[in-house]
Amino acid sequence: MDILVCVKRVPMVGGKVVLTADGQEVDTRMSGFTVSPHEECAVEEAVQITERSGGSVTVLTLGPPEAAGQLRDMLALGAHRGVLLETDGREWGPVATAAAIAAAVGELGAATFPLVMVGNEAADTGGYQVGIRVAHALGRPCVTGIKRLELAGDVLRAWREYGGGQEQFEVALPAVVGVKEGINLPRYPSLPGRLRAKRAEITVLKPAWQADGLRKVSLRVPAGSGQRARVLGHGTEAVPELIRVLGEIGLLA
Amino acid sequence: MSGPGAVLCLLERDGDGVADGSLRALVLARSAAGALGGRVTAVVFEPRAAGPDAGGAVVAELAGGGVAELCVVSAEGLSGYAPLAWARALEQLVVARQAAAVVAAATDRGNEVMAHLGALTGLPVAANCVAATATGNGSWELRRHRWGGSLLEEAVLEAPCALLTVSADAAADETAASDTAVDGTGPLGSTSAPLVGADVTAAPAVPVVTFTPSLDEADLRVLATESAEQSGGMSLATARVVIGGGRGVGGPDGFAVLEELAGLLGGVVGVSRVVTSQGWRPHRQQVGQTGTKISPELYLACGISGAIQHMAGCQSARHIVAVNTDPDAPIMSRADYAVIGDLNEVIPALVAAIREAAGLGDATC
Repeated sequence: MDILVCVKRVPMVGGKVVLTADGQEVDTRMSGFTVSPHEECAVEEAVQITERSGGSVTVLTLGPPEAAGQLRDMLALGAHRGVLLETDGREWGPVATAAAIAAAVGELGAATFPLVMVGNEAADTGGYQVGIRVAHALGRPCVTGIKRLELAGDVLRAWREYGGGQEQFEVALPAVVGVKEGINLPRYPSLPGRLRAKRAEITVLKPAWQADGLRKVSLRVPAGSGQRARVLGHGTEAVPELIRVLGEIGLLA
Repeated sequence: MSGPGAVLCLLERDGDGVADGSLRALVLARSAAGALGGRVTAVVFEPRAAGPDAGGAVVAELAGGGVAELCVVSAEGLSGYAPLAWARALEQLVVARQAAAVVAAATDRGNEVMAHLGALTGLPVAANCVAATATGNGSWELRRHRWGGSLLEEAVLEAPCALLTVSADAAADETAASDTAVDGTGPLGSTSAPLVGADVTAAPAVPVVTFTPSLDEADLRVLATESAEQSGGMSLATARVVIGGGRGVGGPDGFAVLEELAGLLGGVVGVSRVVTSQGWRPHRQQVGQTGTKISPELYLACGISGAIQHMAGCQSARHIVAVNTDPDAPIMSRADYAVIGDLNEVIPALVAAIREAAGLGDATC
């Protein structure tokens, strides 16, 4: 089966988020970019499916020309083809993003991809909707939040966590699936994978930007992140003080 | 019951009552309806046929004003959670009530149903809001979470019907408390807002109406069945104590002492993303933006540097204590208390001290 996986290039952030002076973006001059975690797991899942039962994995992203780097990272994990929906670097809203992806799937031949996979939500914007909007545009059923997937012929069984247990869905292909981290443990890229990815040709399409009904005004880091912890002590000498704090919290009654 | 300014609020169930996240959504829905001069229609989905007692337990939780009606939705074939069918029902209710907004909790279900509703109607959806103010003519000023709550976005939404989901951390967001909604009814998440169930006996009962949406077969293609598999043991999400382990634990074997401490304090072990991506522990123990969100009384974070993706999962903890060799680790600016030292020395000593105090002897049992 040929599978399409949509991924997003997001800033790589560590212990602290630094914003650009105009409060519009995360400052990435010192950090760089990565693929949003749920989506990396979607690529791994797709690669495992094709390793078991054949077919290919096409990985698609919408982003600036540099997002080709994230596509190559995913090609190094075992994806076969890359498609870049190239933008001028402006942030795209979820409605426009989903429309551009659906149009691209149409252009690539929708019937080619019985299974379209996305990450459940992007790490940065957290909009929780692109996959579902793509599914509607393609007239397909969609399941999201998926942490376990089984394919039997044209039937897809999927599980997600709900209220301490799990709920199960069963849909017929073609379908769209939103995956969550934890469905698998993504592999590290192999050296041959990296070399193959470096040489791979990436298809570039250029969709037109559209305004979204939801518009970012500014970003800010929540106040209160600047406090300092009270140091109880160093090494094992701190244990009596730590015990006292646990008692204060009411845990050693 | 209807008219301009009506706000629909999707309520998820927790047993017979209303889930906490939905109550938080209801606070925002009430504030928005108040500002718009409308009232709230609370919406629940009833898998069984709606009878005279349908929604009875929910009604008790809705007293306190601001809710015009409880709308119980049921339909043939709607035997469980079906995201598209739920969205289809809300779409029809938006028309029937001339709703200016639909609000749900930013849960798996809330976000999913709202995204379907957005796709059905072509309207934008703002997920993970912590505050929303109607500014007139279908325009809204929103504050929403990005990066799992590590960043706040101020946004403008323009839509004939605003589709919003409300973050689970809305109440914990101190910045919301400084805002006042335009009608002066108080900020979202403030405990001074008229929370549901405040005065059940004095408040008039909320009328219950039933609604049967028109659904077709395609709306029911995705229908959840509960799986029998339950994750055993105490839930990480609801544990009173969480002992966190990160890269500093050093390997899969290092978690035994953390498990032991968790056992002594009646808690569970949670881990950072590094730990699961190394394969040291299963993903279900991961605390963070892409793992489980926790809200314990104590989070004891051992050997965890405090990446924002991790802190997004534990920011609702009441007390955070960090044990780390690095006094400049990012977690030091998020924790209440810190021990500067190697967890592999500090935690065994702590376990021994607790055992001794409790007269439990050494760790051989």
